[in-house]
Amino acid sequence: MESQFQFDWQAAINSIPFLVKGIPYTLMISFGGLAIGFALGIFFGLLSINKNWFLKWPATAYIEIFRGTPILVQVLFIFYGLPDLIGGPIDPITAGIAAIALNSGAYISEVVRGGVQSIAKGQSEAGLSLGLSRTQTFWSITWPQAFRRMIPPLGNQAIVSIKDTSLFSVIGVGELVRQGQIYIASTFTAFEVYFVIAIMYLAITLSLSLILRLVERRGLASV
Amino acid sequence: MTQIVQMKGMNKYFGKLHVLKDIDLSVEQGEVVVIIGASGSGKSTLIRCVNGLEEFESGHLEVDGQALAPKGGNQSTLATIRKEVGMVFQQFNLFPHLTVKKNIMLAPQKVKDTPKTVANANADRLLERVGIASQADKYPSHLSGGQQQRVAIARALAMEPRLMLFDEPTSALDPEMIGEVLDVMRELAKEGMTMMVVTHEMGFAREVADRVIYIHEGKIVEEGKPSDVFDNPQNERTQAFLSRVLAH
Repeated sequence: MESQFQFDWQAAINSIPFLVKGIPYTLMISFGGLAIGFALGIFFGLLSINKNWFLKWPATAYIEIFRGTPILVQVLFIFYGLPDLIGGPIDPITAGIAAIALNSGAYISEVVRGGVQSIAKGQSEAGLSLGLSRTQTFWSITWPQAFRRMIPPLGNQAIVSIKDTSLFSVIGVGELVRQGQIYIASTFTAFEVYFVIAIMYLAITLSLSLILRLVERRGLASV
Repeated sequence: MTQIVQMKGMNKYFGKLHVLKDIDLSVEQGEVVVIIGASGSGKSTLIRCVNGLEEFESGHLEVDGQALAPKGGNQSTLATIRKEVGMVFQQFNLFPHLTVKKNIMLAPQKVKDTPKTVANANADRLLERVGIASQADKYPSHLSGGQQQRVAIARALAMEPRLMLFDEPTSALDPEMIGEVLDVMRELAKEGMTMMVVTHEMGFAREVADRVIYIHEGKIVEEGKPSDVFDNPQNERTQAFLSRVLAH
């Protein structure tokens, strides 16, 4: 059977106003989650470098659990599983933000650990030899240098997390993909709508890449 | 004379490796002590013990009247000692994310709460002193090795230390830049700074040192005035070492 398919530009354009409503949710969940994930990443990443085993193992456990299980399972667990435990429903947006936070937090912990460990030992020795405390040495010497090296992998994680939010259509968050599914249910224009959705994700991730490249260039200019 | 550094029966191990063996050494105020020896002899480890960058396992170490206990001692003693002891490293270890001037201002501002304007004026004065005032606002990576090491010296001096440790300060430099760093060190010695210098620059040792110490496999085997150690070494290890390094 020969395909009679023709891309319907009008259908694609018509879908835009409806799909655009999903973008704020996509952005809110990804950046809300990433902000918390960054805090978790700093916390657990620094714990994981610790020589003290009692501080190190909770960090290692957290990282391995959330890196080693699919984010789809994580969000289903939070949305459908956790209410049984806490005795009340969790709103899908909160569940989405929590899933991005916990999942990206695990990866960012590794980024933080790698960044900090990549700074030569001589840097902290120089700080200590000048009389700075360990804390001062870390925050004014090691961390600023490590952070610069962390920018590219952090950007990478941000892009991964933005795309991961598409999975949250399964719990009914009105993000981009969910909006698309609703729209297609009444118009049957799957090809055009998913095409538009793909372009919208690309627009978001490419803008982020561009911003990161500028930040990186400025940050690295001095080093 | 006041003793700034006092080591008695100090021992240091890296795992099973016995790197410092019963070290007895004292350094008096204003003295320049140059420590020589083959690589791996423990000379760098010795001066790194003075400001606690290395822990030692047994013996006694006192720096500027503060006793530093074996296995690290306590943090407040370490902090007190490090405020009084400056260190210059083989690899400079300047902070690449800070300008030359900020490198120098950081410790006085953080550790001594020196007001910014004062720290700034001191940094200018120190950069003038080491001959690189014009580079103040550049980042370290834009400087030559010799200039970077002079900044590192200025950075250590900004804390107004009572003792300066130099850990092979010219070993990572191109030959044509060694002189400019040694000049600054020579100047510093002349002004009366107490210095412990680990170096392979025998000419500098002979000229500037009040005392030369030769370390072999973690032990001080020879110690004396430069003229005695270089021209009339008593220990056969020292003789062998010197004939190797002075031959070329």
